[in-house]
Parts: sequence; C-alpha cells; structure tokens
Amino acid sequence: MHYTPAPMHIPDGFLNLLVSAFCWLITVALDGIAISRTNKSLGERQVPLMGIMAAFIFAAQMINFPVAGGTSGHLLGGALAAITLGPWAAMLVMTSVIAVQGLLFQDGGLTVMGANILNMGLLTCIVGYGLYRASMGRSRGVRLFTAGVAAWLSVMTGALMTSLELWLSGTAKLNIVIPAMLGIHALIGLGEALITVAALAFIFRTRPDLLSEGSPSGQGSRGWIVAGVLVALGVILLSPLASVNPDGLNRVAIDLGFMTTAHAGTGPLAGYHIGFLGSSALSRIAAGAIGLLVVLGLAALAGRALQKRS
Amino acid sequence: MHVNAFDRYHHGHSLLHNLDARIKVLVAVAYIVSNVVLPDAAWIAFGLSLLFLLYCNWISGLGLGFTLKRSFVALPFALAAITAIFSVPGHPLGTWHIGMLTLVPTDAGLLRFASVLVRSWLSVQIAILLVAVTAFPDIIHALGHLYVPSIIVTIIAFLYRYLFVLTDEVMRLLRARQARSAGMAGTRAGGSLWWRARIAGNMAGQLFLRSYERSDRIYDAMLARGYRGKLQTMHVEKIQTADWLVASVALAAFVVMQVLGRMS
Repeated sequence: MHYTPAPMHIPDGFLNLLVSAFCWLITVALDGIAISRTNKSLGERQVPLMGIMAAFIFAAQMINFPVAGGTSGHLLGGALAAITLGPWAAMLVMTSVIAVQGLLFQDGGLTVMGANILNMGLLTCIVGYGLYRASMGRSRGVRLFTAGVAAWLSVMTGALMTSLELWLSGTAKLNIVIPAMLGIHALIGLGEALITVAALAFIFRTRPDLLSEGSPSGQGSRGWIVAGVLVALGVILLSPLASVNPDGLNRVAIDLGFMTTAHAGTGPLAGYHIGFLGSSALSRIAAGAIGLLVVLGLAALAGRALQKRS
Repeated sequence: MHVNAFDRYHHGHSLLHNLDARIKVLVAVAYIVSNVVLPDAAWIAFGLSLLFLLYCNWISGLGLGFTLKRSFVALPFALAAITAIFSVPGHPLGTWHIGMLTLVPTDAGLLRFASVLVRSWLSVQIAILLVAVTAFPDIIHALGHLYVPSIIVTIIAFLYRYLFVLTDEVMRLLRARQARSAGMAGTRAGGSLWWRARIAGNMAGQLFLRSYERSDRIYDAMLARGYRGKLQTMHVEKIQTADWLVASVALAAFVVMQVLGRMS
C-alpha cells in the first residue's frame, strides 16, 4: 500500500502511564472545547464535510514526491487542515485521522493515542493556524509564505513534543533524541511546507472563496495568533536549550515526579509524586516547558473569550 | 479499489468474533495498560502476557502466529528507545565515545530498552487482533457507546466510509502523474525538487477541492437514503452474560500478571 507511516506515531509501550494520562488530559480538554465550538458554529451539512475532509487528509498523506536517495516528502496535513477548515474543525478532523491510524492500522498505539493526537493533530493545528492567522488581510504572497513557515514549524512542534514525551517517560535520552528527531523532521517539515504552500496556491487560484475572510478559514479569533506564536516561541527557545543542557531538564523532570530513576522503585507508580520545583534557574526553564502546555490551554480559552466579546 | 484493501477484518465465527465490540475494545485497552505498567524486566509476567495473546490468537481461529506477522510495524520507532540504554542510571557496562558524545550503557538501561520493546511488541499485537476479529463499523459503534463524543464518532464513520473513495482518487492522481512523467531511458524523469514539490502540492489542492465538492453530493445522496445523523449497523448491541464472563476472566488474568510482575 502507499500508506507510509511518519516516524512520529508513538506505539504503545513507549510512554509511561503518567505521561500518557497527562497527554490524554490535554487532548480531551482541547477537543472538548473544539466540540462545543463546532457544535455552535456548524450546520448539519458540515459534519459530513468534516468526515470527508478527514478522509481527504488520510488520502493526501499518500501523495508523495521523491526528494533524494529514496526518501520522499509527504504531508502530515495538520497545518493545511487548520488553514482550510478553520482551527476547531481541523482539530476534530485530525483527531479522527489519528484515531483511525491507531485503531485500524496500528500506526500509533491506543493508550498513547492522546499523546499522538496532541503532537500531530492539535499542536500542528494551533501553530499552523495561529501563525497563518497573523497574515490574514495581507497579500496572497505573504499569506502563502506564512503558511509555509507555519507548516514547517507545526511539524517541528510535533517532533519536539514527541521527544519530550519519550524523555519524560524515561524511554529516550534527551540530548540524542531531540537533535535526531528535530533533524529528521526539519527535512520532513520542508516537504510539508512545500506541499502545503502549493496546495494553498492551487486553492487560491481555483476557489479563493474557500480562503476568504468570510470563510471558516478566516473566522478564527485573534487569540489564535497569541496561541500560535506562544507555542512556536516555545519550540524555538526550548529546542536548543534542551539539547545543550539535558542534565538540568532531567533533574527537574525527576523533581516534578514525571520520571522515575531505575533506583527509585521499579513500579510505574512507585516514585510518582508531583513534587515542588527545585530552586535552580534551570528548573524554572524546564517548568516553563511543561507550563507551555498549560499556557496553551489558557490561550485557547482567552481566544474563546475574545471572540465572544467581538 | 476493493473495500478489503484497507480492511483488517477477517471473517469468522469464533468466540472472539462473537464477543461484544465494547468488551473487546475495553479488554484490549486493559491488556495494553497492563503491559505498560508492568515493571522493567518482569519477564515472568511478560511471558504470561504473551501466553494470553497466543491463547487469544488460537481461539480466534486465525492461527497461533496470526498477529506475529504484522507485529513489527512499530519496530522503526525502537530507534528512539535505544537511547534509553544510556539514560537510565544503573551499573555502567562500559564507555563509548562517538564524536563529541560520551555514552555509558548501563544494565538498567539495557533492561529498560528490552522491556520497552517487549511491551510495545505485545501491545501492538492485541491491537492487530482487535481489528481482525471486529468489523470496523462495530468498533466505531463501540466507541459511541464508550462515551467518545458523537461528533468524533460520526467523523470517524465518514472517514472510514470515504477512505476507499478518496484513496481511489489519489491513485488516479498518482497514475496520471506517472503517465505524464515519462522520461527517456537513462535520463531522469521530472523536473527540479521545487517543481516536483509544486506538482505534489497541486495534487493535494486538487484532491482537496474534489473532496470538498464531493461532500455536498454525498450529503444529498445520504439524505435521500434516509440518513438521520447516525450510521446503522446490522449487529445487535447487547452485552450478554458470556461477554461479562470473558471480560472478568481477562481482567483477572491481568491482575495475576501484575501481582507476579511485582513479586520478583
């Protein structure tokens, strides 16, 4: 089959229960908001549309183009979905796509599905749409360029989150997994960006109404820009830091109770206690990494409030 | 494309085929959770877990090694876990210098790595078995009964239904590209990297518009056929005593694994 799994679907067994549960929590919360938002704004006809768009993302992931040495570029689709369908609808679409990949093709595990949805579905939509939204009202060229950058960063965000989750579960070594994952995905992201931009350019030429300011694509609130920029900044700041000073982050993860060392009890729940932060400067930075997720949720809520007011 | 190209369901009448889909989904998830929470190097418990899996394979009538054949899909991801060998504190087994990195493999790290692989390998097999003995529409229904929000269940139902149609569409696009990209023998077909990327993007855009416009027609056709916001299934949805019994036996087995896994 032409179905090529991307190296970002985490299988079962690679994340510990606490990290999986934490990711499920954020995923369920964000999807919950997305459901209540789409229920309010979408007509009956839109539900089949979202289903078919989910099938579209699935099918579009099979479109590839040869890059070099037998590798090929292809699409993950989070940013493209968010830009064309609007962020909330895209979140539900991506959630369904990743759920089916896990359930039907075992591409990504079941208990870690929350993490996979968060990495590849929700964060890609937030970064992809948030940055693109900032270019709304500008010329077509600027919007396409922004969409490309957003698509690239959305892939990097997913890769960084995947690495962090693996590391928090004690499955990977931070200063190896982050450069490796980000290195591979910098290239995969390039393919994503190129296809996203070309696809959008095609839609601009043939059905500009689908991307106009009155369409679902243009109706996301300005709060999305804040959320998108925050996450993007988080990725840009955290990636080099995490590769340069992994030991500091390691300490904090243990302090926070995310990681058990081999000595501290073998049971998965034995060493878990959400401790208080250490006092070093590094611990504050790492806490920021985890806080980023909280900020993300808050930014989404803020965006909601902003839209209500306008 | 034939509908079975993607479908993982193998028709049969075994005990597993006849179990309620909800029970199957729950037991499969419980099995995976059980594997995930087993401590590192709990080999006896992992062994029991494997026995449970083989037993399920056997009673499914699909053959003992059925899930084994497809169980290596998650293997490429093992690359990420290799680094666990060096990151878990324990008794050092040596020192490797690779470029600027100094790697110290530890015994605990090695055990962690092996355990992660075993957990993942066992877990993916139960997931393979789940979709082999349960028709996907039944799984979708089960999700609905297991409190997955109805809008997501509906999207998944549509996704599943139109996956085949849109995959055909992609195949046509890919075939057309191939036909256009004929090259002289010995020369490379196609243009520069940018050109190739642009073509792929155009294909994605084309597919998007075709899907978008198709959704309108599909919705009208569905309304005409009596769609009332829910997809129907032919299977009766009632959890019976036998279902509960199987679920209890399975859960009891998982508890035994946990106890054994923690004793050593």
